[in-house]
Amino acid sequence: MTVETLIPVAYLIAAITFILGLKGLSSPTTAVQGNRIAAGGMLIAVIATFFAKEVQGGIPVILAGIAVGGVAGFAGARMVKMTAMPQMVALFNGAGGGAAALVSILEFARQREAGVLEFGPTLATLLALIIGAVSFSGSAIAFGKLQGIVTPKAFRYAGQQLVTGGIAAATVLLSLVLLASAFFGAADVPGMLLIAVITLLALAFGVALVMPIGGADMPVVISLLNAYTGLAVAMAGFTLNNQLLIVAGTLVGASGTILTRLMSKAMNRSLGNVLFGAFGAAPAGGVTTAAGGDDGRSIRSISAEDAAILLGYAQNVIVVPGYGLAVAQAQHNVRELADLLESRGINVRYAIHPVAGRMPGHMNVLLAEANVPYDKLFDMEQINPEFPRADVALVIGANDVTNPAARSNPGSPIYGMPILDVDKAQNVIVIKRSMKPGFAGIDNDLYLDPKTAMLFGDAKEAVGRVVQELKKAA
Amino acid sequence: MTTETIVAAYVFILAVFVGFEVISKVPSTLHTPLMSGANAIHGIVIVGSMLVATAIPGPIGTALGFIAVVLGTANVVGGFVVTDRMLAMFKQRPTRKPQ
Repeated sequence: MTVETLIPVAYLIAAITFILGLKGLSSPTTAVQGNRIAAGGMLIAVIATFFAKEVQGGIPVILAGIAVGGVAGFAGARMVKMTAMPQMVALFNGAGGGAAALVSILEFARQREAGVLEFGPTLATLLALIIGAVSFSGSAIAFGKLQGIVTPKAFRYAGQQLVTGGIAAATVLLSLVLLASAFFGAADVPGMLLIAVITLLALAFGVALVMPIGGADMPVVISLLNAYTGLAVAMAGFTLNNQLLIVAGTLVGASGTILTRLMSKAMNRSLGNVLFGAFGAAPAGGVTTAAGGDDGRSIRSISAEDAAILLGYAQNVIVVPGYGLAVAQAQHNVRELADLLESRGINVRYAIHPVAGRMPGHMNVLLAEANVPYDKLFDMEQINPEFPRADVALVIGANDVTNPAARSNPGSPIYGMPILDVDKAQNVIVIKRSMKPGFAGIDNDLYLDPKTAMLFGDAKEAVGRVVQELKKAA
Repeated sequence: MTTETIVAAYVFILAVFVGFEVISKVPSTLHTPLMSGANAIHGIVIVGSMLVATAIPGPIGTALGFIAVVLGTANVVGGFVVTDRMLAMFKQRPTRKPQ
């Protein structure tokens, strides 16, 4: 028995650790351990691979690559602020997709040189290449949008679906040519040129796919891209005939798919609607009319002092955080406010909408960073029955997920989307920078509700003012 | 279809079921760490990168192989470190300083 025969065993162990790791990650008490188990399995797999005969000639190149990628990955992961987490996840996800695409290009070239191109592996190679490249460029655009380099708004132009469709059709067509050549053993097809063109087309498709998607739909897109990379890695596993890649990639594909479905469900929209729907293009004027206009009701503004009094005399407070909290990095101030209120014996809880923020669970991570215990965070289903008993609902930088029109107005573009029943609380304080409508471009009826008071300002600064007032009063 | 492909297809199908089964009920608290942990796991592509890093001789092939290893490693290391950092923040009981 040589060391090389042990490699598959090491891979098997790694596959088991990945399953255990993911299982661990689905419960808060076992998550840290799960993540470390999976990391251990990854280390075993990488070390074992160094003994493979394919690797022997390339150890210097590999070590150099590991050094560069390792330092970049480690530094990026350590230095990134928690508020920038969505773009970091997008970046690492894109890296994986890019790696899968490159692996499939190299393996295709190797099989072509060796003259062993066959239909099955070529199909897998093409899928890994296309999905990986789409994930790479799509993640890059998602990163740009989250970082503010690319416009976070939905980017649309006339004939967009035609262009996107055209790119997709061309990609499929060229792939079919390549597949047919592999199937019939035609050697005169310029394989590498075709691969290069397909790669460029797939990269363009990734850009075209993510550009028209607005910021608030990012949780869906990030989960989807995560699933894509998983799938690309699984396909690369087919190409290389490596079971470990198939298992690991498929597990990720499954988890990404589950998250994507959860996110789309939380918005009451199909995935197709998120990707291709004209959500941002909803006629804003028509919507206002359907909502009955402002029928004489007006917006009531409140001072930080009055907000502090209202909160200070409450018994039950529910905080509703949204993307505005992340942008303003207000999580620590919110925690401070909650501490002050709790020291007065007030019950403070947090209502988390599944798509609040820019990635699945975004608010949970931010509040966890500010040391808010996770048993204070409640899902939509758990907290909605509690709103009527809440004295104050404090909405911080959340908009569309609190809009009662989703429940009551069939004409609204977000009609049917499950929302947090903030309007059922006794009093509502909304911290908001301005009266600018949310991502969906629709007015929020909540702001016209007589029991709603608006506290205008940046989330961090406004919460800070309330904290000051509360301290004065104490 | 070779036997190898069929075996790989079996592995794929079974992994689909295992994946959905294992992650079917994620609490929303953990959506981000789960995604980022899964993100790290697809970094296994680094093994693929290593296996083909020098499959194609010549500067272009080597350069592509090198980049593939860099991307794969960044994915693995970044993914696990970020997830660990995130998970370290999730606490059940408040670590409240005594008043």
